[in-house]
Amino acid sequence: MNIVVLVKQVPDSGLARQLDDQLRVDRNGANNVMGELDEYAVEAALQLKEAHGGEVTVLTLGPSQATETVRKTLAMGADKALHIEDDAVGGSDALATSKILAAALGRLEWDLVIAGAESTDSGMGIMPQMLAARTGVPALTGARKIDTDGTAITVEHQRANGYDVLTASLPAIVSVWDTINTPRYPSLKGIMAAKRKPVETLALSDLGVDAAEVGPSGANNEVLSAAERPPRTAGQIVTDEGQGGTALAEFLAAEKFI
Amino acid sequence: MRLDLEQTEFAAAVRAFAQEQIRPVIGDYYERGEFPADLVRELGKLGVFGVTLPEEYGGSGMGLFMLGLALEEIARVDASVAVTVEASVTLGAEGLARYGTEEQRRRWLPRLAAGEGLCAFALTEPGGGTDAGHTDTKARLEDGEWVIDGAKCFITNAGTAMTDLIVATAQTGPGEISCIAVEPGTPGLEIGPEYSKVGWRASDTRPVYFDGCRVPEANLIGQRGRGFVQFLELLDSGRVAIAALATGSAQGCVDEALAHAKEREAFGRPIGENQSIAFMLADMKLRAHTSRLTWQDAALKADAGEPFGADAALAKLHASQAAVDNARDATQIFGGYGFMNETPVARAWRDCKILEIGEGTNEVQRMVIARSMGL
Repeated sequence: MNIVVLVKQVPDSGLARQLDDQLRVDRNGANNVMGELDEYAVEAALQLKEAHGGEVTVLTLGPSQATETVRKTLAMGADKALHIEDDAVGGSDALATSKILAAALGRLEWDLVIAGAESTDSGMGIMPQMLAARTGVPALTGARKIDTDGTAITVEHQRANGYDVLTASLPAIVSVWDTINTPRYPSLKGIMAAKRKPVETLALSDLGVDAAEVGPSGANNEVLSAAERPPRTAGQIVTDEGQGGTALAEFLAAEKFI
Repeated sequence: MRLDLEQTEFAAAVRAFAQEQIRPVIGDYYERGEFPADLVRELGKLGVFGVTLPEEYGGSGMGLFMLGLALEEIARVDASVAVTVEASVTLGAEGLARYGTEEQRRRWLPRLAAGEGLCAFALTEPGGGTDAGHTDTKARLEDGEWVIDGAKCFITNAGTAMTDLIVATAQTGPGEISCIAVEPGTPGLEIGPEYSKVGWRASDTRPVYFDGCRVPEANLIGQRGRGFVQFLELLDSGRVAIAALATGSAQGCVDEALAHAKEREAFGRPIGENQSIAFMLADMKLRAHTSRLTWQDAALKADAGEPFGADAALAKLHASQAAVDNARDATQIFGGYGFMNETPVARAWRDCKILEIGEGTNEVQRMVIARSMGL
């Protein structure tokens, strides 16, 4: 089974993040790392490859420094990578990004695409659905478990209060949460092997994507303003005057915990 | 010193493992004096135990420099786990790789390189530490078997559930010392109880006794009578490894104390804004940095095949002192919290003293350095 994993280099979500003067995520001063959820997508792909055979190809869209992220996926065990790098891409909205990635997917042979459920920078969580629409395959999002027999795929779609079981035939696109596995660390052998693995770098023109349709000029939406997240407000304090237990139970029931 | 791409990536992978997997749980193991076998096995999957071992036996065939990078990153979080690696690799598995027969290497190295099994090197005896050539343990050949009698003490990795092998030095004749491999479970081998140690409490350290312990003649590691020379050769690498470990401890103290100095407030401002604390941190950083330069210099010479014995002694002497000084300063910056076992720098303080003793005391290091100067 051939799998494509979507990965994105993002500013480390464990550190303070900034917006630049165009209200885009500032990547220049940041510590850039592989998207945290993407590591789970890579691990899921590697586990499926180990069980079913085939190849894992990593697909990324980003500047030249995203090579670091690509190398990490290869060190973890992915077989090869396709890196889309083009100065015209910066400032693209999700719709344009999906156009580029769909064009790249069109050049690859795959039975399954796996992505993180959302990126840890802009956090839109929309790319798997957009790519499914563009490639005409089903999207099974937010998985906490994946099973496949090589022709069909079944996932447990994670919800706040449980999970749904979704099944589709392959090819398909799946996105995963961090509940699905524990990503492996790159080993020394993996790191040494990574430098011999093929990484293809393509520009928009190689994909047949018009540069005018992406970037700020091709965007269908614009960020007009941004504000700091408001500080956390104090919780509700229930003073027990005989009704404390009931109030607590009602709160938990309203939040669907019980 | 600038690292190349592979060195940078391997150090980053080990750092991530140490910070994410070891740091959150090691304090509890340490408190209980328990060996973290699962963590050690997971660490093995990163290839840390096989860095310097030959590729044909599952290692990566890299040098002491690459191993030092890993040891430094582990010790930055916890020295117990770092010394578990150091003891299994630099004295144990490396000895097999360098002096063992093809059959011995095939039999023992793959598991040791993968970190699935551990090796212990049993040299020190109750009657002799620095006087390492003084060996009361005796081995005699009888019907194609070595029969070993004697006692060893302070043996790292002797009694873990993962221990595959104990390599012991023994007198095999008058003035003749040899290395012999003994597998756990061999009749006549008794592994004593875990010592109650001041530091390195999550590493396994025990006395080992041989009472008519019989192993095949083929368990001799290297040439008969060459045991002491083999050990001295291995020890030079071991000192560089301990220096890297000590550098990690010294750096870990900088990491912890710096974060605390920025966060902890007294008299309305972070304590790091006081010059007395800021200068202490500057000195701590200097010590960690110069320690790193000494072990890396010695490792580069070793990897280039140049003589490095005196450089190894310089590195071990300097880095162990840096670890002691930084642990003392870091606990001072933490104040009362630094005296609490739950604070990581308290572990560093308990761990650091042994660095001035093990792998040759610092007096021995000065002796080696002075001799290299023609004194």
